[in-house]
Amino acid sequence: MGGYAFFVWGSYAVALIVVLGNIVTPIMQRKKVIKRIKRTIKRESIELSRSNQGQ
Amino acid sequence: MWNWIQRFSSPKHFYSMSVPLIKWFAIAALVIGLYGLYLGLFVAPTDYKQGDSYRIIFIHVPAAWLAMFIYMVMAVSAGIGIIWRIRLADMVAAASAPIGASFTFLALVTGSLWGKPMWGTYWIWDARLTSMLILLFLYLGYMALQSAIDDQRSADKASGLLAIVGAVNIPIIHYSVEWWNTLHQGASVAKFDAPSIHIDMLIPLLLMAVAFKLFYATMVLVRTRNESLYRDRNRRWVREIVEKL
Amino acid sequence: MLKAFYHLLIRDLRLALRNRHELANPLIFFILVVTLFPLAVMPTPEALQTMAPGVIWVSALLAVLLSLDRIFKQDYEDGSLDQLMLSPNPLVILVLAKVLAHWLLTGLPLVIIAPLLGLFMSLSAEAVEVLVYSLLLGTPVLSLVGAIGVSLTVSVNHGGVLLSLIILPLYIPILIFGANAVDVASSGLPVTGQLLFLSAVLALALSLAPLASSVALRITASR
Repeated sequence: MGGYAFFVWGSYAVALIVVLGNIVTPIMQRKKVIKRIKRTIKRESIELSRSNQGQ
Repeated sequence: MWNWIQRFSSPKHFYSMSVPLIKWFAIAALVIGLYGLYLGLFVAPTDYKQGDSYRIIFIHVPAAWLAMFIYMVMAVSAGIGIIWRIRLADMVAAASAPIGASFTFLALVTGSLWGKPMWGTYWIWDARLTSMLILLFLYLGYMALQSAIDDQRSADKASGLLAIVGAVNIPIIHYSVEWWNTLHQGASVAKFDAPSIHIDMLIPLLLMAVAFKLFYATMVLVRTRNESLYRDRNRRWVREIVEKL
Repeated sequence: MLKAFYHLLIRDLRLALRNRHELANPLIFFILVVTLFPLAVMPTPEALQTMAPGVIWVSALLAVLLSLDRIFKQDYEDGSLDQLMLSPNPLVILVLAKVLAHWLLTGLPLVIIAPLLGLFMSLSAEAVEVLVYSLLLGTPVLSLVGAIGVSLTVSVNHGGVLLSLIILPLYIPILIFGANAVDVASSGLPVTGQLLFLSAVLALALSLAPLASSVALRITASR
């Protein structure tokens, strides 16, 4: 790269990091959201069965 | 017509419709991006003045274009969300902001990596770099406001309004920064846009720009799907989807 | 409508005048910040002269920023903002009245005290004159645009830093042209272009900012 290797490859490396970060973040986010909703469903079903027993 | 728009813009409908779109956008982004990289890194000739350092523009310029493009998408969809009360538009705006901020950051870093061999320092108060820095602040302000308001609806509307105000301001900011720059720097500073760019350099540049836009399209759909799951977390359609997973 | 505008303006001015020393705070802050700079660098007249436009303009900007809360915050907390939004008068007019009151209480005093600070920073007489003009045209824009920010953050607790984060980037054009006008004037060149730009931005802000601000209030302040 004619003496500019650090700058050129540095730029492409940062670009790769930004692109990968953009891919990974929403995947993690999705897992978190689904986990949270599942927990809510579980809690609600427990509460529902308890209130049924109480009657 | 109105019913049709309402139906197609419902998060539930979007959630199932977006799957093939994401797939095709991702494939297209990958193919075009790799081809653009190949042309840019191996085929395009070395510039007689800047040597190989100019190859940074294949990242820098598409990132800067994308950063501005995303802000406009954000402002337009925020406007649609406020005026026609389409929730999907609000979600698109909210999903765009982090992507836009990350590409603004990329444009800044690559700009300064290009600047070191060209200007001798990593940072110079060049008009474009300064505009990008201000754009980054606009994105950060949007995201801060979005997360500071508890009620989701008013958070969307308030930050959306801020995006619109920012979009009205961007031309003014851009013009004043450009004017301020010519005043202080003169024309001695080398700029990215050579008066006539060689066709072998222009083609990879345009390909990379298209690939970046497709990448954004993919990621904004993925993020909007997350948003719709989260915001409709108490509705039946989300419950049904989650239970199947 | 004009009556409502007038009454609201008078009410805001009266309320502020009841609390005099709070009124003086932004002004004292402005003078204090400008005074800090000569202490931090070599106070030779030449160095001060080159810094002066930027220092005075940035200080004015921060002084206005710190006082912005005054436009809506208290009215939001004691509920009178809800009354304003329920009134049959167009909210845009009422917002304009409140912004005008804010400018009269903070922007105008800054303009009046500015020549003194120009003296501190050894600016020439021509530069001081232009400084006054540029502040006269620029500070109303700071109040107008700031009003949008305050309306957006009025329901946020401890929104001070947030307010500066969203408002300061929008202030940049005013800062550039305001400071540059003074800079150019001190080297004896004509500044019509800069002052015309500031006037154009003022006209734009005057027509759009109250509208945006009233929309923002309807979004955030309705309970």
